[in-house]
Amino acid sequence: MNQHSQPPRWATRLLHWLGHPDTREEVEGDLLELYAHWVRTHGPRKANWHYTLSVLRLLRPLAKSRHVPEYTTPFLLSPDMLRNYVKIAWRNLIRHKVYSAINIGGLAVGMAVAMLIGLWVWDELSFNKSHPQYDRIAQVLENQPLENGTQTFESLPFPLSTKLRRSYASDFKYVAVAVPMDITLAYNEKKLTKNGRFSEAAFPELLTLTMLKGSRKLTDPTAVLLAQSTSNVLFGAEDPINKIVDTGDRRMAKVTGVYEDLPRNSQFNGTAFIAPFALLATSSPGIMTNWKSSSFPIYVQLNPASRFEQVSAKISHVLYEGSKDPVKPTLFLWPMRQWHLYADFKNGVAGGGRVQFVWLFSIIGIFVLLLACINFMNLSTARSQKRAKEVGIRKVVGSVRGQLISQFLSESVLVVAVAFILSMGLVWLSLSWFNQLANKQMAMLWTEPLFWLAAFGFSLFTALIAGSYPAFYLSSFRPVKVLKGVVRVGRLVALPRQLLVVLQFTVSVTLIIGTIIVFRQIQHAKNRPIGYNRNGLIAINTSSLGRYDALRLDLLQTGAVVNMAESSNPTTDVWSSANNLDWRGKDSNRQAMFGTVSVSEDFGKTIGWTIKEGRGFSRKLTTDSLAFVFNEAAVKLIGIQHPVGEIIRWHDKEFTVIGVVHDLVMQSPFEPVKPMVFMMNNERTMNTITIKINPEQGAGEALATIRAVFQKYNPTVPFDYKFADQEFATKFSGEERIGNLASIFAILAVFISCLGLFGLASFMAEARTKEIGVRKVLGASVVNLWSLLSKDFVVLVGIAFCIATPIAYYFLNNWLQQYQYRTEITWWIFVVSGLGALGLTLLTVSYQSIRAALMNPVKSLRSE
Amino acid sequence: MKRAFLGEFEEIVLLTVAVLDEAAYGVTVTQEIEQKTGRAVGFSTVHTTLQRLEEKGYLASQMGGATAERGGRRKRFFTLTATGRKALVDVQQVRTQLWEALPPQTLQLMGY
Repeated sequence: MNQHSQPPRWATRLLHWLGHPDTREEVEGDLLELYAHWVRTHGPRKANWHYTLSVLRLLRPLAKSRHVPEYTTPFLLSPDMLRNYVKIAWRNLIRHKVYSAINIGGLAVGMAVAMLIGLWVWDELSFNKSHPQYDRIAQVLENQPLENGTQTFESLPFPLSTKLRRSYASDFKYVAVAVPMDITLAYNEKKLTKNGRFSEAAFPELLTLTMLKGSRKLTDPTAVLLAQSTSNVLFGAEDPINKIVDTGDRRMAKVTGVYEDLPRNSQFNGTAFIAPFALLATSSPGIMTNWKSSSFPIYVQLNPASRFEQVSAKISHVLYEGSKDPVKPTLFLWPMRQWHLYADFKNGVAGGGRVQFVWLFSIIGIFVLLLACINFMNLSTARSQKRAKEVGIRKVVGSVRGQLISQFLSESVLVVAVAFILSMGLVWLSLSWFNQLANKQMAMLWTEPLFWLAAFGFSLFTALIAGSYPAFYLSSFRPVKVLKGVVRVGRLVALPRQLLVVLQFTVSVTLIIGTIIVFRQIQHAKNRPIGYNRNGLIAINTSSLGRYDALRLDLLQTGAVVNMAESSNPTTDVWSSANNLDWRGKDSNRQAMFGTVSVSEDFGKTIGWTIKEGRGFSRKLTTDSLAFVFNEAAVKLIGIQHPVGEIIRWHDKEFTVIGVVHDLVMQSPFEPVKPMVFMMNNERTMNTITIKINPEQGAGEALATIRAVFQKYNPTVPFDYKFADQEFATKFSGEERIGNLASIFAILAVFISCLGLFGLASFMAEARTKEIGVRKVLGASVVNLWSLLSKDFVVLVGIAFCIATPIAYYFLNNWLQQYQYRTEITWWIFVVSGLGALGLTLLTVSYQSIRAALMNPVKSLRSE
Repeated sequence: MKRAFLGEFEEIVLLTVAVLDEAAYGVTVTQEIEQKTGRAVGFSTVHTTLQRLEEKGYLASQMGGATAERGGRRKRFFTLTATGRKALVDVQQVRTQLWEALPPQTLQLMGY
């Protein structure tokens, strides 16, 4: 008798898998019993055969259990259970107030930052999109191949517009010159200085203006369209249609339409009026046929079938055919979708621009959010170890794994939900402040489905990711082991947490270094010697008054003014340039560009430039009307070491160089000073009066005096002045804005990281209470314990610093390359950032570690 | 009146369960049928039939206690339900009626 023979195991397995689930137990048992019987009666071979045959006959691979248990396991998502989950989650939050505050607060701040950045990016990306023909509008630009690479210009001759309209009617639906200009609009006694455009008739059609009153037609050369805001100020409740307004210099025009103000995120925002170009050109109609005078921006709208690239290729030669400029300029179209984000031209191609900031801030936003999520995950995993016992008890009492998973997930969903609501509140509160900082008018996208989708998608994702570790890992514990205390959560669990801390601090340290360097770059440019004295300089924008000399005498007599001068542009900009200067030994193929500034003789003394060689202008010498003053950059450009006395030919006239001044920073403070030529040229219009206020008088008092004199001479024009130092400061506004935003984000990132560290440290201290107690009993000092507990974190931050340094160096070095005048990245910046991060870490961790180290060992060891 | 329909093998299984009284489960039913009828019935056939009879409501079943010899697996014991008993009685009555209706010469031929 073979008592020990066993049926084939594969058959038993097969039956177990594929037999009917409802009868599995008894069938298996019956077969085993029969097998023993068959072995006794037929022998093992036959028995095996019978057994296998029976098994094969009993397979029911498609059968489903029809078993209905006596007590139904509760439906996981039944309302009662859900309520219970939320209740327990809520109790847990309340019980661990510090953890909850850190968790929710950090996450809310991170979400709020991400939302603000998201709004900002959204706003940037939607720029100009409000124009109905957004995809078909373009500006015509000109590329000039010059000595230092191709330069791009937007000012074009007027007849080009006519030529494009006539010759390429199949491609262009509308072509229009639209030149922006500040004018003083007047109706009866009301006056208003506003920027608007003098344009050809097609411009309002091209923009598809929304008309509130009247029509878009601009064919009548004495008509004018007003923006609603302008109309409201000028006319109030009156009906503006057919009223006559003065559009500056006695150009009377009849209001034929009122259009809705163009939105803030449009390139044409602030266009207060649109008047026919013919109105502006009445005094000099010749400009409309002059191919030599390039000063007009031209806009086009394509027909639906035309493509920008193809049309660009078609029209590229048109300007040269008309102007015969020896530089051989080419034309191309710059689509509206690139205007805002891709406005930097390098070698004639639109490349970077604001789009870089869109990327930069998107990345920062994502990282800040990531930091907050990391906190959330770290804290919930760290804390979950403490809940292993809870899991054990729950299991013993009868929780199914699914219920434990739901329990943990609902906790993290609750935290994320609270954080989300809080972050909405934060965004709502800080939006006006953020708008001010970013110079925008953003609003919450309450009605944008994408916003809600992103918000909910993200919240759910964070909740699931952060909740997944406790939910899936802890719920798998065997209750017996947990309750015995056998489960040791080992190193492997701490490793990802440490990695996440390193990642957090890498980001934070990079942001700190970045912020320091951005501010240093700004400060570097601010400290740059500008070559003249800005203090007490004001610029008044006015076309020629005619009685300048009398005004000057009057003003000087009041004592409020030290000196004053006229010039073709303010000291903070250069408005005109020339590439047709000829000097001794010039290579005839060179296309050297000079900025040209016409000045009156007192200009130099008023702004306080410093003469390096030769002399400044003098009214007494009549020859000075044909004299040049160069700056150092211009001297370098022409390559003559001592140019004083040289003859320069320009427009068929011979100018003598009488002096050289030190470089004046009039344009971007981040770029090298352009070659400049100053002249006393009476033929050109003087647009600006620059006044040096008497420093012994207060600015307010002096300005009142000056205003009175101005009103006497020119009562129709409002007295509108700008301080040169304030104007100069606006050149930094872009960089300062980035610096401010970056520093705020850096502070928030560091804050969130420290919050996380604080939570982790307190968890560590708590988990090691017993160890600390034993160590104290054995004689460890507080300093010992403090360093024991702080060491781990310091090492992590040290690693983060080592990773962050090269990353920050790489990106900031790239960023600085775009500035010609730039600061150096010095080693101490890294040291300071590193020490700062280290100090913050120690500060954060020490609170917890010292508290743990000071604890009475009796207390910590007594409880068991 | 609707009569219960029982197949021949079903009837045998049902009767065997009745015969075995308290001790009817897969193995005993199979062995009992083999012994009593001399037919080599497979366990799978018997098992399937037992399941079907339970579905039809002629049998009820409950699990017994754990036993050592079957690897701790319990047995499922079958008992007749009232419907099951009635079905057997019905079948028996039909047979009796048919037997009684047999003509005497046929009975004689059969040795009665």
